[in-house]
Amino acid sequence: MTTKKRFKDLTFWERLYIPVIIKGLVLTLKTMFKPKVTMEYPEVKFEPPASYRGRPVLVQEKNGVERCVACGLCSRVCPALAIEVQAAETELEKERFPQKFEINMLRCIFCGFCEEVCPEEAIVMSKDYELVFQDRDSAIFGKDKLLVPVENLQDRIDFLRKFKK
Amino acid sequence: MPTITIDGKQVEFKPGQTVIQAAMDAGIDIPHFCYHPKLSISGNCRVCLVEIEKMPKLAISCATLASDGMVVHTKSDKTLDARNAVMEFILINHPLDCPICDEAGECKLQEYAFAHSRGESRFDEIKNRKEKRVQLGPRVKFDAERCISCSRCIRFSDEIAKSNQLTFKNRGDKVTITTFPGESFDNPYTLNTVDICPVGALTNNDFRFKSRVWEMSSTNSVCIGCSRGCNIEIWVRNNEILRLTPRYNEEVNSFWMCDNGRLNTFKFVNSETRIDSCYLRKEGELVKSNWVEALEVTAKSLKEFKSNEVAFIASPYSTLEDNFILQKFAKQINSNNIFYANHIIEGDQDEILIREDKTPNSLGLKLLGIKNDISKLIDLIQKKNVKALLIMEEDLAGLGSEWENLLSKLELTIVIATNQNKTTLLADIILPAATYAEKHGTFVNFQGRVQRIRPAVETEELDRSLDGMSKSRWDKFGTKFDRWMQGKKYDAKPSWKIFTLLDSYFSNKIKFKMAEEVFDEISKSNDVFKDLDYDVIGDLGSLIKKEVYQNV
Repeated sequence: MTTKKRFKDLTFWERLYIPVIIKGLVLTLKTMFKPKVTMEYPEVKFEPPASYRGRPVLVQEKNGVERCVACGLCSRVCPALAIEVQAAETELEKERFPQKFEINMLRCIFCGFCEEVCPEEAIVMSKDYELVFQDRDSAIFGKDKLLVPVENLQDRIDFLRKFKK
Repeated sequence: MPTITIDGKQVEFKPGQTVIQAAMDAGIDIPHFCYHPKLSISGNCRVCLVEIEKMPKLAISCATLASDGMVVHTKSDKTLDARNAVMEFILINHPLDCPICDEAGECKLQEYAFAHSRGESRFDEIKNRKEKRVQLGPRVKFDAERCISCSRCIRFSDEIAKSNQLTFKNRGDKVTITTFPGESFDNPYTLNTVDICPVGALTNNDFRFKSRVWEMSSTNSVCIGCSRGCNIEIWVRNNEILRLTPRYNEEVNSFWMCDNGRLNTFKFVNSETRIDSCYLRKEGELVKSNWVEALEVTAKSLKEFKSNEVAFIASPYSTLEDNFILQKFAKQINSNNIFYANHIIEGDQDEILIREDKTPNSLGLKLLGIKNDISKLIDLIQKKNVKALLIMEEDLAGLGSEWENLLSKLELTIVIATNQNKTTLLADIILPAATYAEKHGTFVNFQGRVQRIRPAVETEELDRSLDGMSKSRWDKFGTKFDRWMQGKKYDAKPSWKIFTLLDSYFSNKIKFKMAEEVFDEISKSNDVFKDLDYDVIGDLGSLIKKEVYQNV
């Protein structure tokens, strides 16, 4: 039977303790002169890349109308059942619009399936990652919170056109 | 019997059948748009092309008569090539606006495009633009771009609805469907064209954009619009009925139902006028109450009358079970006064489906032995022989002003009702009843066919999961805290249950827990319904022969 070397069997230098402390201090000292990777978060905000999946939003065209035609595919594909859509008829050429469009942000898992399935490029993942609620009801986002002008989302839309078939 | 070989499978067929029919009978599906079992053959969609050995070219299976020894290939390369080509042609001018189209999810073109098409278009030119949102008639909207010109709707209105109102106009890729000049597409059966339209070209004004089809649950039931008792499916989302569609039953309604039945027999279930709790009249005002108090007061006030001073109104709108228990209850308190009102609109009948008798269960009442017409009651009330009246699911005061006067002469009026009406305004006690979409039960239609209804909408005492009601995906995976699960539930009970509860204050002998038990009791005690139970009746109902019931 071979004797197994145990973890707590320290070497002489390790048992001395001081060299290890010095090693640590040297690392700290070195890092002090390296460029910083952390951010002063609330003051300095992280600007995510186009591939980032923040909260899903609805694209609002320049004329103020949402692109969404309330087809309900996002609602169907959503694995967390977070999206609820109620369609209605409009006089516009698109015939159909979402009378009600609600995303329950407590249920949303940011998977991006809704964006992937959307035939109209109407729901996209934004760069917004700051989601704070005081109660359950305020976590259900209606059209008022979901609609975002198309200019602010151009980054993501370009990214999608590049990679989404 | 002659045989035909389809995909290597030997199939027997009846002489005169076409290849597609023979294949259907054998369970082999050949894609088709314009073919419909109940309509004449048109043969214009070309999607059902099949390869038949010894024929020079592919043949459309819907118009080729099957003959003995024929060998048909429905999945050969040649057939599939042709099918893909035809699909490509049909899709040339189809707008592919599935996200907007209401048919998506139950669209034949969508299904076949998924199964048989190339997947992408080779068509570079601009698609044809045609009229959208054309109001063909009061109930049907037409989108000419989506139409694939299968002519099913034209043939339907001509052959089934017997009112030749639709026709093709123009030629080639400009062809479109229109009504004849000066005509409106307004026959009583127009909405069936929405069902048979293989694409979303014809849409139902009433249901347009209400819901996607996959978000709803469907429950097999029976229409209560008239004594035909068309087999229907009830489509429910968020505990609210959104539409009714006909369900195939060759013996009763085939594939069809009338527009009146489809549009006007479900809205009361979720309407504002539903009675949401028990009411008692206190100091001249109707006051909300609860079941315990209301039943106690009902029993107490009924006991104040002699048994022959109490009369009952049975209802041809409610099920066999309800009326049977009413009968039983009347017997328990020794009253023979059971009456019912006919609802016959003379002349409002046709050769297709619609019947004059506007109630679903009037034959059922007769078979149970409830035969006294309501006209005999007038005398009894006027002579003060009847002082208390228990009305089940019937709007007596709505029959005319004379009834309003008669009801006000009574000392006690108890009403079991689903919705507010003139009678409930005059009532002393109102007990809320479940509608036909909220209970199990059976109706007997005018042919003598016993048919089942099932609950599609939850009441407070029903649970979608525990009571085995049909569920949509959202019902399955949602929790009761989700907003879409919080549709309105009414505190209503089936009428038969109300009587059993009421009986606990009297003889305490009527004890049933389920509608099925009540029906078993009916079949035991009444020879007409011998050997029937809910399983035997099933989805398509079972016919009681005329010889059996005409002597009753």
